[in-house]
Amino acid sequence: MAEAATTLLTTSDGRPLKAALATAQARAKRRAFLLVLPLLLFVLLTFLIPIGYMLKRSLEHDGFSGSAPSLSAWFKQQPGFDPANPPEEAYAALVSDLALMQKDKTTGMAGTRINYTVPGTISLFKAGARAAKDLQPPYKEALLALDPEWGMPRLWRAMEAASSPYTTEFYQVATDRKLGDTGWARGADQDRIYLYLFFKTFLVSGAITVICLLLAFPVAHLLAVLPMSKSSLLMILVLLPFWTSLLVRTTAWIALLQEQGIVNDLLVWAGILSDDNRLQAMYNMTGTIVAMTHVLLPFMILPLYSVMRVIPPSYARASRSLGATSWTTFRRIYVPQTLPGIAAGSLLVFILAVGYYITPALVGGADGQLISNLISFHMTKSNWSLAAALAAMLLAAILVLYWLYDRLIGIDRLKLG
Amino acid sequence: MALPIYASPLERVWHYAYIAICVLIFLFLIGPILVVIPLSFTSDAYFSFTDKMLHFDPAGYSLRWYDTLLTLGHPVPEGPRDGTWWKLAWEHSTWIQAAKNSFWVGLWATIMATTLGTIAALGLSRPEMPGRRMIMAVLISPMIVPIIIIAVGMSFFYAKACVAPDSAMGAIFGWMLSNKGCLANSYLGVIIAHAVLGIPFVIITVTATLSGFDQSLIRAAHSMGANPRVTFFKVVMPLILPGIISGALFAFVTSFDEVVAVLFIAGPEQQTIPRQMFNGIREAISPAILAVATILVIISVMLLATVELLRRRSERLRGVTPR
Repeated sequence: MAEAATTLLTTSDGRPLKAALATAQARAKRRAFLLVLPLLLFVLLTFLIPIGYMLKRSLEHDGFSGSAPSLSAWFKQQPGFDPANPPEEAYAALVSDLALMQKDKTTGMAGTRINYTVPGTISLFKAGARAAKDLQPPYKEALLALDPEWGMPRLWRAMEAASSPYTTEFYQVATDRKLGDTGWARGADQDRIYLYLFFKTFLVSGAITVICLLLAFPVAHLLAVLPMSKSSLLMILVLLPFWTSLLVRTTAWIALLQEQGIVNDLLVWAGILSDDNRLQAMYNMTGTIVAMTHVLLPFMILPLYSVMRVIPPSYARASRSLGATSWTTFRRIYVPQTLPGIAAGSLLVFILAVGYYITPALVGGADGQLISNLISFHMTKSNWSLAAALAAMLLAAILVLYWLYDRLIGIDRLKLG
Repeated sequence: MALPIYASPLERVWHYAYIAICVLIFLFLIGPILVVIPLSFTSDAYFSFTDKMLHFDPAGYSLRWYDTLLTLGHPVPEGPRDGTWWKLAWEHSTWIQAAKNSFWVGLWATIMATTLGTIAALGLSRPEMPGRRMIMAVLISPMIVPIIIIAVGMSFFYAKACVAPDSAMGAIFGWMLSNKGCLANSYLGVIIAHAVLGIPFVIITVTATLSGFDQSLIRAAHSMGANPRVTFFKVVMPLILPGIISGALFAFVTSFDEVVAVLFIAGPEQQTIPRQMFNGIREAISPAILAVATILVIISVMLLATVELLRRRSERLRGVTPR
């Protein structure tokens, strides 16, 4: 026996067993991976690369660098340039670029690029470009006589930053920082629109998550304790909204909640409201919250239900028999066992709510818009880099939540119906 | 669900209150969907129940908004509704064109997502799959990443994803792309975008079906001389078919209901039903949208019934008996 243990185990054709096993396992791994590879390549090409491209766009804008070559070249040779007092050569380069912009009709592009960081400069550039070819040296005096705003230190800071197509300025703008004469600083409180909207989106998503949890808990419990034959009938009532078009559900809420809608008609008919005092529940934040709660409720009910269904009723009975009241039993025995479901449902609803677009766009009015709607707004206004920067920030928030979901619950536990 | 015999009066009251609360929540879930159906038969241009409808006056009800679906967007000839009339409606009605677009885009997106997704799910459910968790996270992410981000990324990328129309690539792929030879404003672009959005659903349903699949059946088939292709079509496929079909239905519904990507990457030609509805709700809201909504509700009831039947069949085959 001792001799058999020391000789190496081999396969019938004489290879060591360990090596043969490793080869076989490597082959099996390769085969499994080859099955996934086509889809991975498809997702890479059509999903990951476009998102990567979007991230690149958020760091890139050649509106100024492409249309002001002389000034961009001059900035490159002057690393220690003082924006408070630009020399005559800089003004000369600027005037020749302004004349070029007028010729190439690129004034709008250059002005727009600078306008992101120094608001109100599109008209300045247009007026400057129109006058540029008639200006005589010394250009500094000539340009300042045309408009003293050409001497603003923050304008020169902005042009220096924009002389390279690559910039992090869109993230500065998207986090409500303002370019002042001495550099970037926190904006005034009333101007903090983007961070405020992010904050509002998270707050509203949190509120929707809590409302969904409160509504889903009793229903999921009912479905879990009923016998299967009855609960699968009731389950259809949960799954039907899940399968119904989002636009159908949004339309339905408009019919229900608008000023002349069914809910208001019922309340007036019942005498709860007077006819001239109808509820304004549509085209504002209330409309967004109600309609989104309805849309996202099944995403809370389903994970809660799948956890509750396997909780044995004997624990609750044991607790009651040991003298606990029904409230104590619920609070200390039942709820802790449902925590995995609560975590799964809440995270999923929150993640979906943060990125919601269609419902706020249709029923939110001016006040019920979320961050996705702002991204869409900037896309339609051709502020592509700013839209991309805002989208990248939203993406970062979502990825953190997704990572959390994977750590706490596991993606492979995600179920549909 | 019955009350235990030792329940106190307070608990009895609470029990019935609880059932009442549940009924109200079910009403909240299902009511808005059902309310659309009677509203769509209104004879007025209002979005709410008129007095005539509430008094069940036949004059308050009509099919005029369903008629609009057939006639919107083309001049309607006077005269009887014979074969030529229906042919005109079929070829020119805005809503019918949108329905055709939605159907074809949905079908191709579903075929793409289901084929690629099923093959990948087979690999993912093998125990020796390397980096399974990471790859799953990537493949599920189109469902998690907000649609607006996907749409923004794709609209940037598709505008650059072009082939020159007069090149060899343009000769092969040109017919699938837009006039400028780009993915933007083309049917192919919309189909690809919708396929990506449908993939997570296929992956989730098919891996769920495969989790109950006995891998030794594959070895048994191999040992009896079946090659991988025969094994798949004769052994694996029949057993996981319910999962594949429900994944495909999820993918189809996702595409059929998708509007944001279409808004960002499609051209005026790729008008789909959700896009038509979205614009309709934003601009001139008419009960014709309610008529479309009713038809869509009926379709979703049928799809839901199909998926439920498949799920039960799959559970029966796997020996999971309902308790």
